[in-house]
Amino acid sequence: MTAITSSAASPRDYSLTGRDARLALENGLAAAEWYHTEIPRKQMKELMQRSDQPAIRDTVIWLAAFVFSAAGGIWFWGSWWCVPFFFAYGTLYGSSTDSRWHECGHGTAFRTQWMNDAVYQLACFMIMRNPVTWRWSHTRHHTDTIIVGRDPEIAVMRPPDLLRVVLNFFGILDAWHAMIDMVRNAAGVISAAEKTFIPEQEQPKAIRVARIWLAIYLATVALALYLHSWLPLMLIGLPRLYGAWHHVMTGLLQHGGLADNVIDHRLNSRTVYMNPISRFIYWNMNYHVEHHMFPMVPYHALPRLHEMIKHDLPAPTPSILAGYREMIPAFLRQLRNEDYFLKRALPPTAKPYREDLHNDNPVAAAAE
Amino acid sequence: MSDWVEACATGDIDEEDVMRFDHAGRTFAIYRSPDDEYFATDGLCTHEKVHLADGLVMDDIIECPKHNGRFNYKTGDARGAPVCVNLKTYPVKVDAGKVLIRIG
Repeated sequence: MTAITSSAASPRDYSLTGRDARLALENGLAAAEWYHTEIPRKQMKELMQRSDQPAIRDTVIWLAAFVFSAAGGIWFWGSWWCVPFFFAYGTLYGSSTDSRWHECGHGTAFRTQWMNDAVYQLACFMIMRNPVTWRWSHTRHHTDTIIVGRDPEIAVMRPPDLLRVVLNFFGILDAWHAMIDMVRNAAGVISAAEKTFIPEQEQPKAIRVARIWLAIYLATVALALYLHSWLPLMLIGLPRLYGAWHHVMTGLLQHGGLADNVIDHRLNSRTVYMNPISRFIYWNMNYHVEHHMFPMVPYHALPRLHEMIKHDLPAPTPSILAGYREMIPAFLRQLRNEDYFLKRALPPTAKPYREDLHNDNPVAAAAE
Repeated sequence: MSDWVEACATGDIDEEDVMRFDHAGRTFAIYRSPDDEYFATDGLCTHEKVHLADGLVMDDIIECPKHNGRFNYKTGDARGAPVCVNLKTYPVKVDAGKVLIRIG
């Protein structure tokens, strides 16, 4: 790992309609051709093959865990015994839905499309992401990954807003903004930023979903008031707050502290080895370089893809803890110098980075 | 004027697969369906101009490798986000072990 200060001229403008959005278009960073490791077509086809079986198995376990943890939480409601059940329920609701939304949005989890659509809609509701808006924002994220002014899904902008990061471990700002967006969309308003990535013909669908969701939340609040109990909200809505921790913990590792404005996923994405429970919750998105390089490969084939191309990728981060050990100091450093980032070293077997395409040639600070 | 152009040999494409064919500055995708029929479309996704020949063929669907947009390669119909614009298709015939497409 090398620490780099890039040569960016002025503070970043993350607005999708601002200066850096225009610069990205002018500099050829928008919709660019990205580096990918060469894989023979036959092997790639095998990796891309869809199957219902792994995702059905995982979804049955997932739904059963929902029912069991919710039942325990309801049964023990009013005693401390409900806490572990709601901890599990919240983590499923507020974190595992992040990966289900994501993988089913790509259409790769199941072979059968209606199954992808059904889990996608359920997961979107729980993670509070409008299924239309986020389908399109994620499309842009894959086209222009961590390109300033183009990518609407940059979790930690520079300089990092660490208070925002901490609050989001409890879902506070994300849920607040999601609620504002939902009410705005339900009122029939699509923002200027949303209009940059949602095609016009898709916008009414975003409004329709927001109105349905608003009705569900209002009904839940009404039930809670009627029952004089928080319990309905503990099951719908609040788990997005008290269960967000895991998806934020894993999500920050995807790109945190790494390069921006590059067109090689090896430079701006991180693969992290994780324990099996986190990988179940996260549906193997810890293989994040591999996912970005080949988004057609289903989550259950990512470990095989990793083995196939790891000779061409930076060494994976060995654990979640190791990831935070490199990322937190990078965030702190970016508070003083927002151009600072972690440049991942490649093994000798890898094709080198195309330095001419990337913005880190005039290196001002090398390895610490 | 329409011309039949030789794109490839029938054996060049596996069943339920696709290959790229470039001709006269244009790019096409040639498909072999699971029931051993051949089809041809424009080679680039209508969403972001990615080569469909790097994608996945499933039954009568071609899925774009970049954003997983889906088309019916027999009709060119876009099958949902993020693709909204249909794909242009071309007539195909097989003659003496060669796959020919008619480029208008």
